[in-house]
Amino acid sequence: MIAAKERTKAAAGAADPMRPELYRVQRSRRESSDTFTLELTPPRGYKPTPFQPGQFNMLYMPGVGECAISISGDPADDGVLLHTTRVVGTVTRALNGCKAGSRVGIRGPYGAPWPVAEAEGNDVVFVAGGIGLAPLRPAIFHVLAHRRQYGRIVLLYGARTPEDILFKPMLRKWSSRLDMDVYVTVDRAEAGWRGNVGVVTNLIKRAPFDRLNTTAFICGPEIMMHYTVLEILGRGVNEKGIYVSLERNMKCATGFCGHCQMGPFFVCKDGPVFRYDKVKRWMEIREL
Amino acid sequence: MTRIKDIATAYLPAEGLQALIDTLRQHHDRVLGPRVREQAIRYETISSVADLPRGVKDEHEGGRYRLHQGEEATFFGFVVGPDSLKSIVYPPRLTLWSMKRSGHEGTIEDQDEPVGSTAILGVRPCELAALAVQDKVFLGHGFEDPHYRQRRERLFLVAVECLQPGAHCFCDSMGTGPGVNGGASWDLALTELVGDGRHGFLVRAGSDAGREMMAKLPLEQAGDGLEKARETALAAAAKSMGRTLDTDGLKKTLYDHVDHPHWEKVADRCLACANCTMVCPTCFCSNTMEETALDGSSAARTRVWDSCFNLDFTYIHGGHVRRSVKSRYRQWMTHKLASWQDQFGVIGCVGCGRCITWCPVGIDITREAAVLQGKPTKTSGRTTS
Amino acid sequence: MTIHDLEPILREHPFFNGMSDEHVRILVGCAKNIRCNEGDFFCRFGKKADEFYIIRNGKVNIEIDIPQQGSMTIQTLEDGDIVGWSWLFPPYKWNFDARALQLTRAISLDADCLRNKCELDHDLGYELMKRFSAMMMERLQATRLQLLDFYAGPAGAKG
Ligand SMILES: Cc1cc2nc3c(=O)[nH]c(=O)nc-3n(C[C@H](O)[C@H](O)[C@H](O)COP(=O)(O)OP(=O)(O)OC[C@H]3O[C@@H](n4cnc5c(N)ncnc54)[C@H](O)[C@@H]3O)c2cc1C
Ligand code: SF4
Ligand code: SF4
Ligand code: FES
Repeated sequence: MIAAKERTKAAAGAADPMRPELYRVQRSRRESSDTFTLELTPPRGYKPTPFQPGQFNMLYMPGVGECAISISGDPADDGVLLHTTRVVGTVTRALNGCKAGSRVGIRGPYGAPWPVAEAEGNDVVFVAGGIGLAPLRPAIFHVLAHRRQYGRIVLLYGARTPEDILFKPMLRKWSSRLDMDVYVTVDRAEAGWRGNVGVVTNLIKRAPFDRLNTTAFICGPEIMMHYTVLEILGRGVNEKGIYVSLERNMKCATGFCGHCQMGPFFVCKDGPVFRYDKVKRWMEIREL
Repeated sequence: MTRIKDIATAYLPAEGLQALIDTLRQHHDRVLGPRVREQAIRYETISSVADLPRGVKDEHEGGRYRLHQGEEATFFGFVVGPDSLKSIVYPPRLTLWSMKRSGHEGTIEDQDEPVGSTAILGVRPCELAALAVQDKVFLGHGFEDPHYRQRRERLFLVAVECLQPGAHCFCDSMGTGPGVNGGASWDLALTELVGDGRHGFLVRAGSDAGREMMAKLPLEQAGDGLEKARETALAAAAKSMGRTLDTDGLKKTLYDHVDHPHWEKVADRCLACANCTMVCPTCFCSNTMEETALDGSSAARTRVWDSCFNLDFTYIHGGHVRRSVKSRYRQWMTHKLASWQDQFGVIGCVGCGRCITWCPVGIDITREAAVLQGKPTKTSGRTTS
Repeated sequence: MTIHDLEPILREHPFFNGMSDEHVRILVGCAKNIRCNEGDFFCRFGKKADEFYIIRNGKVNIEIDIPQQGSMTIQTLEDGDIVGWSWLFPPYKWNFDARALQLTRAISLDADCLRNKCELDHDLGYELMKRFSAMMMERLQATRLQLLDFYAGPAGAKG
């Protein structure tokens, strides 16, 4: 008897990593004119894999498509899944149309997280640009929940205008903490705005951290991260203490589709969070 | 007819080839083999030796592929056509799952049907090597692709060694041919030998399934002479490769030359048609598309082959990362020859030469690599096939 | 506060880092202490630019009045920052408003005085120009980034 023939009876393969679970939208909360947060609960009987700060899911809108969105909630709270999304195109627009009760396909979590454990004992500087605050938020929750494991905690956040600032109530709460420094800046504002105006890189010069014992987590558009890294290096922080989160086109998030490649890396599985010294060389090449 | 049990090597006279096909057909749901279709040799269903392109020769050159009837009566006197095992284990288009909707509720169903077992006759050494590379991509790289797995597990591979390589071939440089040695595990390997008034195949088993199969074939004892003849023929084949690629320090060469002016020169000719990635047996990139019923009651996710030559491949909100053709060609070649090594521990090119033959403008990976390596280049390879 | 108190302040200020004691003393000769209450202006668009300011502590908004839109803040300056370089080039007029966001203490340097000293001592002029050009570069860079729509731009596309 030839073994190959027998195998024809075997059922089709194991669980498909490309297959989502249908989550239910609990509520959709507006964060700014173009950004909203979905609160999602898993289907009954499904036990989600716990996520680590910086990881992302693939969100699927039936009839529309799929896109990668970072998890923006508290990793210690496994009851509800939070995704904060900016409307830029077809899938994100459809997600924005979700109401309580809508179904959204979720698969994940994927990707390499912010190494919060490795940062223990250090000052932690978070630098966020625009929607980049969302992927950093779980890491901020984590360090605040383990406050004594860390030195100073600094958040530098840049948004386009005061209206674009995300998570305002939370930022206020964090600002009022004595054990955390929060600096927010906007690109432009009408004269009534009492906060800072200027790009987020301007804030780095004065941010209170010990250059020798600092871990920096940076998330925003690549161009913003590029200049942010330069400023932080200028303060004397070692390259190995700097982490960035990269964005590429992602069709699978599982290392199969090839779209997210950047030099030797698959951003979906080797990243999206990278230690700067490891990706520096590749980030410097145009159109890679 | 002699029956030889539990042997690793034996001789199958040419007349016995039909028995091999019959036995494969008995034991497998389908049997594929080389067949001429629309002026190319493709993998098609076969049922008899008459289906095989007996005596057919293929001419390969940059941007050129021609078939003609040769003088010899060999069954496998050609090399590779545009098809490879890739389309068998990783279909160009596959619906993964679908979703039915009613109101807010929805149910998701897997769409990939269980596939039957497939025996393939005439698999070339470079294709075995490519299959081993694909195994790393889909099975050995973190997540496992169940669609690939179920197809891959149900293969019975009858390899054929290459004694008459093509002008586009460089498997010898890549260590993947012309003989069957490494690569993915195979079940049977054939070497087609003509001489001393005899025409037949040296047959070796590479697996238990292959040994069991051999027991069912009209085999004869293979003498030392045949083994010698095989070795001589393979050595000659290795020498007659149309092309070469120096793999020494290749990764560093590519990584160090991202700004080499040659990329621009190639881009001037490159049409970004994606042919090279489609015919390449190791390229694995895909897109997943949404297909919706007109009434919106159901939707399906379909995976289709994609290529890094497509502009949309790197689209993210606000723009494309690789806008220029130069950057896309660079991605292709650098991925094949350099970053693949970092990702999977092997070179992504097996030296099959398909991308050279099927490039409409004859862009040649061996030649372009040689330019980056600072080596003198000849404009075309020898025609040996 | 006397002039002598200003000397250590200027000397320790990062902007004058590396300047010779002699040059710092010359600068002190042109300096005076000032303060602006919240909402007050250090300078106003179109007015004669006869000084520049070194912020000691406080916050200053650089604002531009856009007709029909009102006043837009384009940058916030803080402790240690320099306000103004219009005094360096003719027609020596302010191109923006600088308004204190909170009580702000600063040192003002008199432009006429400085220009005269620089004419007499080109080394001093060069030292000052070096520092102003570096600062202008930095500001230009920041402005470029602001214009890029830094946080909304194509995430991956560089260059
Ligand atoms: C790891 C990761 C984490 C992310 N986290 C977040 C997050 O937390 N919040 C957030 O808001 N965003 C996040 N993003 C970005 C987010 O994935 C994109 O904004 C989103 O994919 C846009 O999808 P869309 O369908 O709305 O946009 P579209 O611009 O319509 O694009 C969707 C897809 O369709 C295709 N497409 C559409 N139009 C074109 C075109 N003109 N040409 C070619 N292809 C096209 C592209 O392949 C694209 O991938 C993240 C991205 C990554 C990679
Ligand atoms: S790159 Fe070209 S020669 Fe190499 S395996 Fe692919 S098609 Fe064959
Ligand atoms: S060469 Fe291009 S199409 Fe082929 S695997 Fe690499 S990225 Fe994908
Ligand atoms: S997103 Fe498909 S390989 Fe990374």
